[in-house]
Amino acid sequence: MNQRPAHHLDGNCLAGPLGQVLTLDPTTAWWTCPDCRTASPVGRLHVYGPEPGLTGRCPDCAQLALRVVTHPGHLWLQLGTGQGAFRFTLPPSPS
Amino acid sequence: MSAPKTGRSPSGGWWRARLTSRDGQTTTGRTLRFEVPGWPGHRPGQHLDVRLTADDGYQAVRSYSLAAPAAGETVELGVQTAPDGEVSPYLNDVLPIGAEAEVKGPLGGWFVWTPETRGPLLLVAGGCGVVPLMAMLRARRAAGTLVDPCALVCSVRAPGELWYAKELADPTGTEDLRVLYTRQAPPGEERPAHRLAPDDLEGLPASPETRCYVCGPTGFVEHAAALLQSRGHPPGSIRTERFG
Repeated sequence: MNQRPAHHLDGNCLAGPLGQVLTLDPTTAWWTCPDCRTASPVGRLHVYGPEPGLTGRCPDCAQLALRVVTHPGHLWLQLGTGQGAFRFTLPPSPS
Repeated sequence: MSAPKTGRSPSGGWWRARLTSRDGQTTTGRTLRFEVPGWPGHRPGQHLDVRLTADDGYQAVRSYSLAAPAAGETVELGVQTAPDGEVSPYLNDVLPIGAEAEVKGPLGGWFVWTPETRGPLLLVAGGCGVVPLMAMLRARRAAGTLVDPCALVCSVRAPGELWYAKELADPTGTEDLRVLYTRQAPPGEERPAHRLAPDDLEGLPASPETRCYVCGPTGFVEHAAALLQSRGHPPGSIRTERFG
């Protein structure tokens, strides 16, 4: 059973954080919930924050879809409920 | 309107942006225009991130909706001053004209509409949530005569809270513009002030192929999306954008 927190945003807000490591727009990517089988674009996910840690959940059953955490110089991405996460090294900020 | 070019942005996706104008929309809402050399264009409904860097290197990033269709290297944002906000009060009241910031975008391909999209269009805005919807409406007007019906429903607390009042006062042929007041209605307004209700959507396109876009505070979006579903709009036809 997933606990649904009170306030959330839409998956649209993942465009910036995920756009740092993906070359295609992530908000139009489709995702199928492994729990309730709802298929929806990432833009419809319910996203809980605040930044720099964002959690995307199924809009229907709140199953965990992904987690994004940004640190200076790095972005951590966890997909689904699996163990482990990907760490991307981000390009340096302009001085 | 042309599709955005696939130009590469410099420096990890961040473009240099120079503030060129700032106009008041409401007591706490401003239109900000930035000149962004190399800007590749965008689609109505997309947003961008603004990054400010302090002298000590501290950085803050916030997302803002693009308020107008692509127009060369100029981007127009609608920024609402957030109570106790860190970035929006600075952008709206402090950042000097001519000063530079950084922007990243265009962002988001889901909450977008272009004139090539056929079928009825229903836009529902809560307060400054009208900003990305205004980009859609302006793009629709710029495209010329369109036969599909289009409606914009703006929910605002009081008369002075309506963004783009002059533009919205002059609807074109197939537009249905409705302003709803939730706290204080202007003199002569027949509808008493109250939140968005089923009657407020009476007569608007309700066919399943209607594209619905809802933008506003989380509570408003939840309420409006539920109302739309109760009118028969499938969940997949309703695109939402919340801003907390």
